[in-house]
Amino acid sequence: MNNRITVKLNYETRSVMVQPNDTLLDVLREKLGVKSPKIGCERGDCGACTVLLDGKTVRSCLILAIEADGHEIVTVEGLSKESLTPVQLAFLEHNSFQCGFCAPGVVLAATELLEQHPEPTAEQIKEALSGNLCRCTGYQSIIEAILDVRPMARNSRRSQNNNRSRKTQEPRDGHR
Amino acid sequence: MTTLKYVGESATRIDGLEKVSGAATYVDDLEFGPNLLHAEIVESSFAHASIKRIDATEAEKVPGVVRVVTGKDFPYRFGLYMQDRYIFPIDRVRFVGEQVAAVIARDAQTAKRAAKLVKVFYEQLEPVLDLEQALKADAVLVHPDLGSYARCPWFYPQPKTNIAHWRKTRKGDVEKGFEEADVVFEDTYTVPRYAHCAIEPHAIVGHYDLSGRLTLWSASQSPYTQRHVFAQALAPLGISHKDIRVVTPYIGGGFGGKAGVSMEIIGVALAALAKGSPVKLRWSRSQEFYNTYQRQGVIARIKMGVKRDGTIIALEHTLHWDAGAYAEYGANVVNAVGLSATGPYRIANVKIDSVCVYTNLPPGGPYRGFGYSEFHFGLESHINAVAKKIGMDPVEFRRRNAIREGDTLAYGAQMNASGLHEAIDRVAKEIGWGEKEISRDPRKAVGKGFACFWKAPAMPPNAGSAAFIKFNEDGSINVIVSGMEMGQGFLTVMAQIAAEVLTVPPAKIRVELPDTDRNAYEWQTVGSHVTWGCGNAVRAAALDAREKMFTVVCRSHGCAKDTLFLEDEHVKCRMHPDFKLPFRDFVISGIQTAQGNYLGGPILGSGVFMPEFTSALCDPETSQGGHPNVHYTVGAAAVILEVDKETGKIKVRKATLAVDAGKAVNPDLVRSQIVGGMVQGLATVLYEDIRYDLRGRLLNSNFTDYKIPTARDIPDEIVPIIVEVPQPDGPFGARGVAEHTMIPAAALVANAVEDALGLRVKGLPITAEQVALALLDIAYEDVKGSYRGFCFAGKADAYAFHAEGTRRKRATNGKETQSRKGSLK
Repeated sequence: MNNRITVKLNYETRSVMVQPNDTLLDVLREKLGVKSPKIGCERGDCGACTVLLDGKTVRSCLILAIEADGHEIVTVEGLSKESLTPVQLAFLEHNSFQCGFCAPGVVLAATELLEQHPEPTAEQIKEALSGNLCRCTGYQSIIEAILDVRPMARNSRRSQNNNRSRKTQEPRDGHR
Repeated sequence: MTTLKYVGESATRIDGLEKVSGAATYVDDLEFGPNLLHAEIVESSFAHASIKRIDATEAEKVPGVVRVVTGKDFPYRFGLYMQDRYIFPIDRVRFVGEQVAAVIARDAQTAKRAAKLVKVFYEQLEPVLDLEQALKADAVLVHPDLGSYARCPWFYPQPKTNIAHWRKTRKGDVEKGFEEADVVFEDTYTVPRYAHCAIEPHAIVGHYDLSGRLTLWSASQSPYTQRHVFAQALAPLGISHKDIRVVTPYIGGGFGGKAGVSMEIIGVALAALAKGSPVKLRWSRSQEFYNTYQRQGVIARIKMGVKRDGTIIALEHTLHWDAGAYAEYGANVVNAVGLSATGPYRIANVKIDSVCVYTNLPPGGPYRGFGYSEFHFGLESHINAVAKKIGMDPVEFRRRNAIREGDTLAYGAQMNASGLHEAIDRVAKEIGWGEKEISRDPRKAVGKGFACFWKAPAMPPNAGSAAFIKFNEDGSINVIVSGMEMGQGFLTVMAQIAAEVLTVPPAKIRVELPDTDRNAYEWQTVGSHVTWGCGNAVRAAALDAREKMFTVVCRSHGCAKDTLFLEDEHVKCRMHPDFKLPFRDFVISGIQTAQGNYLGGPILGSGVFMPEFTSALCDPETSQGGHPNVHYTVGAAAVILEVDKETGKIKVRKATLAVDAGKAVNPDLVRSQIVGGMVQGLATVLYEDIRYDLRGRLLNSNFTDYKIPTARDIPDEIVPIIVEVPQPDGPFGARGVAEHTMIPAAALVANAVEDALGLRVKGLPITAEQVALALLDIAYEDVKGSYRGFCFAGKADAYAFHAEGTRRKRATNGKETQSRKGSLK
């Protein structure tokens, strides 16, 4: 039995047929052509499948595609289209990533954190990243990059985002 | 000496943009269209059983199923160093989870459903799950036909036993050494199995097209070696190397687990049988744990004799390895250790026995460190214990015995240039060695631990590297090699080496990912050797390209070659300061003469590196006479940790590690290896705790129950230190650094715990549970329940270390004997 779902994926309206037991991760990768969310464990342990669902990080391997009907999804492909965001630039300059498999999930987790806490402490960063497993880096270069995201660049990114036709996320109280 | 411009710089990774933007592509990301078939395997539920019959009739009836494949479709053996492994077993299964059959179907869900309908009828055999049982004279044999397996000549299996290989190293006379020693101390140490846990699971897509060409897209560290093993396995079908192409996109972590050939051979076989359609096989996280290589478990007996002045005079090191069901790669781990289990020390009398034992558990294989993490745990712990017995500071003890250039190694060759003493001194200074720290919290105890380490690449003596370089019209370069980028920064380092010779900045250099049709050869990206091996090939290729540039300039301009040099992407001349020819003007189109014709044409460079000085031939009884290891990378490390005396929980406050990189081509990337490796090493000692049940089934095959560190589980501070004593035959003096940085971790923690609590823990992992119980005088071994990932049911100290049923004198643990002074013969 197939159902049609309609989502706003990376700022574009997309429509696709899904089975009731299809995960959002599988539909993104196999039917919607979005490859940055990765299959690492398929049980929500590793965070490689992280996407932003209505601005909030979720494990797309634990979300049924049908639950995403009518909602908004952003992946790294949506962030990077025009230019790198300040946090992506920081990761690049700090040589933060090694194999790169955890990178899309980490970029989104960091993006969500910086929306809530524009100048996070190392402790806040560690907490925000604790759902993204990385086997290569030992996390230090990732944390250092996020600590180094420059306020000037952050301001220019906010104005970039306002140019896109999407709702600006209200800053939350810090509780995820 | 010329100043280097690119080598030695912490350049931005040339693959950084792809990885940060989501552009980086891995095998599972590749699209193959609607004709792609999916495969699911049928797994053995027994550790050891005869396969009586396989009934696939129900599975074959499921709509969408293309074919069901079993061992009788592929009755061929394969393996890297020894051919002891089947694609699908023919007569018996040898570990829980081993593939018995596979279903190929039009979609993944159908394949899964049909796989459950395949009926396999077994007759259970007694599983070999205990090393002592495995080595008895009347043991059940995992490989009754061991004697008939093809193997490389420097491995020594013992037919009609469970011993897949036995490396014996004998130097000097240990018995005499023990007699001369003032103190002799022996003890037993155990290390369980570990899982790699790369975040990307193994995956392969194979397409055997209608013309008979087989292409594989594989998540592999070793495309050329994979092609070779595939060709050997498929030779009975008339397929050879020319017919096979292996392409490797980025991989999401390797750590050795994606070296050699494991599940990929299944994908190859399925593709061959589904001619005309691509077939994908992707492992689940669970299968990653139990049906890929694991790091072998080991029980080690160390007996060390020392003089009162701290000189180590004799070392006897016996290691029995739980190698699992197939040892085609794992036997080399055992071999490597058998040659190097002295650690980085100068010892006159050495006896090493490294025994590779088959068991009915998942196959052991390469894992970052290749046996060295495992033996360093015991050795570096033992050194602290011995130093304590003679009342010497453990760092001073190491200084006295630290190996130097020119010292004789255990197998008779000479030690290469290395900065071990500098590493020791700088680490001791960084950690504040000698200054005792007390915690302000009375419930906590603080301890400092120190260890040295070394490792050499464990490769065959003919592991070659090759490189092509080509220019483009804009003066940019493609470096075309088959070393694999798995995160360590290989592509960037090759670009920096090419940049240094050709004066083209790394931003204008592409380094291409492997494709065995198009890229030059690389044996494997393992052993931390490609910076050295492939770096030498890239440097040679760059010099070749430069030579060709000079030749065409000489021909067209009539100058002498030795007046020419390269600078800032121009050819310049010492005799004519005004002469500067930009690369882009001639590297494709050639140089036009006054007559109007063009000389030269596309500039290409090629280079090869072979370690022509190595040889694995040696005396099988002593290992003397060969030069099996190209060189050693050495270092030292230390930690400060805090232990909670109630919960046993350990927090590493600071870790520091110094490694001799020879010349750090990219210091940032070396530091990344130090931080990443240290965290991975600490994870094996603090968190990762593999568990099997009594029938050989892996119990914790997921990230909830087998814990690798999150961002919250790292030390407060990690300080990397780079030592640079040049490697004379390395590119710009460089030596590889990668595995080394996790090797000392377990011993560091054990030594720090001893410093903090006076507790000597001799088995890994050193979990909070183990420490808390030890503080209450309860031995973890008494309450642990199931095997705990280690292949010996009894207490470690009771393990008798005999092999082949030969009864040796029962080992006494923790025994110190005072030998008679002055009893020199």
